[in-house]
Amino acid sequence: MSDINSNIPEGELTSKWTKYKSSVPLVNPSNKRTIEVIIVGSGLAGASAAATLAEMGYKVKCFCFQDSPRRAHSIAAQGGINAAKNYQNDGDSTYRLFYDTIKGGDYRAREANVHRLAEVSANIIDQCVAQGVPLAREYGGLLDNRSFGGTQVQRTFYAAGQTGQQLLLGAYSALERQIGMGKVEMYTRHEMLEVVKIDGKARGIIARNLITGEIERHFGHAVVLGTGGYGNVFYLSTNAMGSNVTAAWKAHKQGAYFANPCYTQIHPTCIPVSGDHQSKLTLMSESLRNDGRIWVPKKKDDNRKASEIPEDERDYYLERRYPAFGNLVPRDVASRAAKERCDAGYGVGASKLAVYLDFKANTERYGRIEASKSGIHNPDKETCMRLGTAVIKEKYGNLFDMYAQITGENPYETPMRIYPAVHYTMGGLWVDYNLMTSVPGLYCTGEANFSDHGANRLGASALMQGLADGYFVLPYTIGAYLSKEISVKAIPTDHPAFVEAEERAKGILNKLINIKGTKSVDHFHKRLGHIMWEKCGMARNEKGLKEAIEEIRALRAEFWSNVRVPGVVEELNPELEKAGRVADFIELGELMCIDALNRNESCGGHFREEYQTEEGEALRDDENFAYVAAWEFKEGVNFELHKEELKFENIKVAQRSYK
Amino acid sequence: MSTGNMNLTLKVWRQKNNKTKGALVDYKLSGISPDMSFLEMFDVLNEDLITKGEEPVVFDHDCREGICGMCSMFINGRPHGPKDLVTTCQLHMRSFKDGDTIVVEPWRAAAFPVVKDLTVDRSAFDRVIAAGGFISVNTGNAQDANNLPIPKMKADAAFEAAACIGCGACVATCKNASAMLFVSAKISQLALLPQGQPERYRRVQSMVAQMDAEGFGNCTNTGACEAECPKGISLENIALMNRDFASAKFVSEETV
Repeated sequence: MSDINSNIPEGELTSKWTKYKSSVPLVNPSNKRTIEVIIVGSGLAGASAAATLAEMGYKVKCFCFQDSPRRAHSIAAQGGINAAKNYQNDGDSTYRLFYDTIKGGDYRAREANVHRLAEVSANIIDQCVAQGVPLAREYGGLLDNRSFGGTQVQRTFYAAGQTGQQLLLGAYSALERQIGMGKVEMYTRHEMLEVVKIDGKARGIIARNLITGEIERHFGHAVVLGTGGYGNVFYLSTNAMGSNVTAAWKAHKQGAYFANPCYTQIHPTCIPVSGDHQSKLTLMSESLRNDGRIWVPKKKDDNRKASEIPEDERDYYLERRYPAFGNLVPRDVASRAAKERCDAGYGVGASKLAVYLDFKANTERYGRIEASKSGIHNPDKETCMRLGTAVIKEKYGNLFDMYAQITGENPYETPMRIYPAVHYTMGGLWVDYNLMTSVPGLYCTGEANFSDHGANRLGASALMQGLADGYFVLPYTIGAYLSKEISVKAIPTDHPAFVEAEERAKGILNKLINIKGTKSVDHFHKRLGHIMWEKCGMARNEKGLKEAIEEIRALRAEFWSNVRVPGVVEELNPELEKAGRVADFIELGELMCIDALNRNESCGGHFREEYQTEEGEALRDDENFAYVAAWEFKEGVNFELHKEELKFENIKVAQRSYK
Repeated sequence: MSTGNMNLTLKVWRQKNNKTKGALVDYKLSGISPDMSFLEMFDVLNEDLITKGEEPVVFDHDCREGICGMCSMFINGRPHGPKDLVTTCQLHMRSFKDGDTIVVEPWRAAAFPVVKDLTVDRSAFDRVIAAGGFISVNTGNAQDANNLPIPKMKADAAFEAAACIGCGACVATCKNASAMLFVSAKISQLALLPQGQPERYRRVQSMVAQMDAEGFGNCTNTGACEAECPKGISLENIALMNRDFASAKFVSEETV
């Protein structure tokens, strides 16, 4: 079935990576000094790779579009990072983390990659602590853990609700150290616009200096894209405003396959949309589901305040439907359940597109524990609530403050209103076991690749994957390629391939600025987002997807004839930056719908209404769809499907159950 | 769903680039919803300007959830506007009244030159970190994380210093354009942790030297930085930095 080679090493699953590491070809120190590596992106995956490769002796150039590498969107990750440390002595192991991740991904991820991820997870925590990342600790001075969805152990390390920030600042400081030593050249406010290929291999990039508008050529023996996910194809998402697919999409157009684009994660706990002015959605960390209970009224169209609805008139629907995992079911399951209740007319708030996340029961429980610690017997309810609120504040204070700031409501007094929102994209550039795309010398790491999360990512696994790729995987696997490149001298950037790639990039910029139409870039982006959310969002069906494809094609034609981009190319011009990104999102949106239409099954974040069990759960078709869909770009925005068969040799494939 | 009814007058700093002079330009806005964030209000302004064929206002922003540190507006004389402990992206229009006039300027400091309109160049901060804001530990050199217990109080204090988002509000609000709050937050974080000890005195000297080289001013203990910091970074960090700097010069065997 497979017509592409994932280059998974032979041997037992548990020893593949160890054997690979000890047999992978090495590059000697004097050769490393002359080998140049380009890293695009400075988030967890990019910054960690740039720092580590520079430490190893390679010449590194790192690019980011923000004004500082510290601002990459990894910084916004709240909840935590998984690692199979078993510090809580609750039966965790590398195998369990591997198993939970494969199951959580609904059996659509590659076993060998996921096992490697679980193996290196523990090293990440060690490395970050050594860098001075202030992870949460217990009074004994040891690291603290909490639970996350889709698991029954406590393996999530965290730093209040700012885990991504602290981990990124760790990677950023390692990167800045190399910059200070002159081993990494950092290019901030630069956007990659093309991959340069020479004799079929990636040999550099074309980037635009966003301040001056100048187009620059940069050579590299290899190019690594750590450019994040494409959730902003939906316009509204929890991504940063600048998060985009452009680097990955340009690579795709140069021959890198795009895998499983329809696998998008809709996060169950976000602050609901408040109006048409909304520019982005804000996540409330999944960690809140440790202590928050999700409910809706039992009565339809119940307009009473939450506090006026008595206990027996509340439907804790996750606890009812999934007693074993309760409020901690995986994200896809929790999101669909919220949509199901709201669609059925039980939603709350002004828009009726929200459910409650209620901390009262656990606040009281914590209060009772605190009271007993201080020797108060039979404490009254008020005392319990007061003491418990302090505990909740310590755990989630910054999230509660953020909620209050955005909604104007006090979540310590009334339950939060939440609704699912686009958060993460499991799909991305196809990579083999070495994290190399289908273009030799072009690598892809972190959220930008497709490799480890299958059809659904478990909470606290994104930070793990980004840092695993950058600190512990890519630095080894890239050696396998670079060891064969030691005799290649730096190619001068007046080579015809650079000239041609630069012309392509300039052609697009000039075309965009000269359309001089009547509608803003945001106008088109919002319309694209609307089509994607309605027809390729939490639930999809054949009819809707076919309509969406037609609508997106029409939108693309309209965009290229009627978009208005003010200003000129040769200056700081955020509208021009956005225009290029939205042009790529429109093409990607079409591919996502094509992929969703091709996958006649439901799995993880991809829910096709035609394929569900009687209870409304996702119904996989392992016989026909246990493959990675890797799409090849063809002239004129067409796509050809390649399949990589997924073989499960160590895990018994089963219907996912969290009941 | 809210459609708004606030009317506002904005006075916005417009400056083509760092070679030209800038000026405040007036804009009238209507139909603003109190539920909008301050930056969403600017989205409305820019959409209007684009429709009218004018150039939109350039401003830095990215995550819009108060953590990336990119947004940087000086609003009615205060960095990040009138509310304490929030960034501009988390400031909502309910904090203003119908009919208000709002003055919006860029961060102003010699070390943060204006790039265009409300966007400034804060790369000086990165260079200060590159001078020593790290622990020198290459990937793969770490021991098991729990081999080094750290008292919770110390870990929590380090975390509080590490909450800095590098936005530069401290510099913008300081009459001396001093970066001491930013620099000391990183120095404290690492000085409070056992991992940070081997380079402790080297770090404080290198970072302070770079801070001075960038043209930031000195600290005169006014405390505006602490009052305006969206993450509540404490002035105590500056005290710790000064103490370590003095120790480094007089006691430490290593001078940089």
